[in-house]
Amino acid sequence: MTTRPPAPTKGLSTRRSFGPRVGTALRAALSRLARLWIVPVVLLVWELATRAMRHPFFPPPSLIVTHMRELWFTGSPATLWLNDTALANFPQSLGRLLAGWVLAGVGGVTLGVAIGRSSLLYRFLDPIIQFGRALPAPALLPMFLALFSTGTRMQVATITFGIVWPVLFNAADGARSVEPGHLETARVFGLSRGQRLARVILPSAAPKIFAGLRLSLSLALILMVIAEFFSTEGIGFQLRAAQRAFDLPGVWGAIVLLGILGYLLNQGFLLLEKRALTWHDAKM
Amino acid sequence: MIPRLLFRRPFDSALFCGFLGVTGLLLLAEAAGRLGLVSTVQFPLASTVLVAAAGLAADPEFLLDVGATFAAWAMGLALTVAVAVPAGLLLGSVPAVERALRPVIEFLRPIPSVALIPLAAFVFTERLDMKIAMIMYASTWPILINTMYGLREVDPLAKETLRTFGFGRLAVLLRVSLPSTAPFIATGVRVAATIALILAISTELLAGGSDGIGAFIILAGSSPDGLTLTVAATVWAGLLGIATNGAFVWAERRIFHWHPGTAR
Repeated sequence: MTTRPPAPTKGLSTRRSFGPRVGTALRAALSRLARLWIVPVVLLVWELATRAMRHPFFPPPSLIVTHMRELWFTGSPATLWLNDTALANFPQSLGRLLAGWVLAGVGGVTLGVAIGRSSLLYRFLDPIIQFGRALPAPALLPMFLALFSTGTRMQVATITFGIVWPVLFNAADGARSVEPGHLETARVFGLSRGQRLARVILPSAAPKIFAGLRLSLSLALILMVIAEFFSTEGIGFQLRAAQRAFDLPGVWGAIVLLGILGYLLNQGFLLLEKRALTWHDAKM
Repeated sequence: MIPRLLFRRPFDSALFCGFLGVTGLLLLAEAAGRLGLVSTVQFPLASTVLVAAAGLAADPEFLLDVGATFAAWAMGLALTVAVAVPAGLLLGSVPAVERALRPVIEFLRPIPSVALIPLAAFVFTERLDMKIAMIMYASTWPILINTMYGLREVDPLAKETLRTFGFGRLAVLLRVSLPSTAPFIATGVRVAATIALILAISTELLAGGSDGIGAFIILAGSSPDGLTLTVAATVWAGLLGIATNGAFVWAERRIFHWHPGTAR
């Protein structure tokens, strides 16, 4: 684009610049696609290797995919081909995951910003946050099972409690490192406390907050799976059921499904982050 | 410095305030139990848990379990470092390899590690092997990504200088890139250490087995005062997590005190 020669006349320039632009876009798309050449290669090698091994624990990917189709994707196009089993499990899992994530996000950011802005509060609560961050969340599961028994409440509680710490820690860290000069300036210009929070503190803490939210989203998926191992529905339960039934393609299928879900969640989050942080140039 | 602050203005001391914060929370939990806000059948009193936790510290069986978890943790982490650091150096210094493997990494990384436990339960007959494999899968990513990221931050001038003096690619990698990437690798290892502990305990919880903190928690669940023991063991797991993380932060500060980005 930058090396394109300047067009001689105006009339021609619109026509001539149109061609190369489509060309570059197409070439960019093609080169992006070409970068994925490893994917079919890996799939092929996986298929051939598993076929050669004939090991029951390592079914070929083609078998995994057909098994996944039989299990979940025999429904009508109107429901995105999801069948009843899928519809009885996927939305519930996703709903609990998002509910826990939103709860942890709102609670963690609110409390974290408060802690970050008050150095006294920070000194009081820092050891507790460090402890919460260090707790291996899955170890809490028996405790939550005893508190709530199985069900949606237990799962959402496990997810929320397990993932709130990175959000809390990062929000506190972000709110603590607001440039003091910016706050002084805002005060000089007569911004109220609320305005300072919304216009100075939150925006400058946002990159850290988003880093925490992203980490907690991938943690939420892990905790969702673990909590559903001890439950009667959801993707995690399907995985556990397949394991108990010695249905290896089913186990692999659930893992692939969870991988796709994790990938989509991460991509969706990146999109959200990009929109929210467009102004922030120092972002990686 | 700290004692003087402690005497003059106690609320300036992080240690004192932190102590008050923890004590306050414990008292609050104790009061909630005693006043009947939280049923003691559902959730044990804070004091009961603390007594149980203190008792666990002298319980040889629990100490054996802690030792088993830590052995798996240390072995898994060491193996992960041995694999992930060279892999990160390779990916970070040879762009063609990085470009080729990036899609594979981006598809593997989002797979929630615990989802692999049911599969690993079939594949591995030895529980220790399984724990180590799960630890390696999950804690490879932070080390790999940090190593790759660190290599990108190496001062190009230093590399060029060495190259001008006739050093080869490998020499430049070992003499300039690796030392200046080391703080990033250390951060990756610290994050990986936390993940490794989580994976070790999760594997013990989900795949059964006879030793480890996770196995202790599962076993405790079936005893009459199971919940107290479970919570007490979880408290220990959290304290161990703080201790290992603190040790890594301390080591990082000592070794890489010259690096501006060293963890606070």
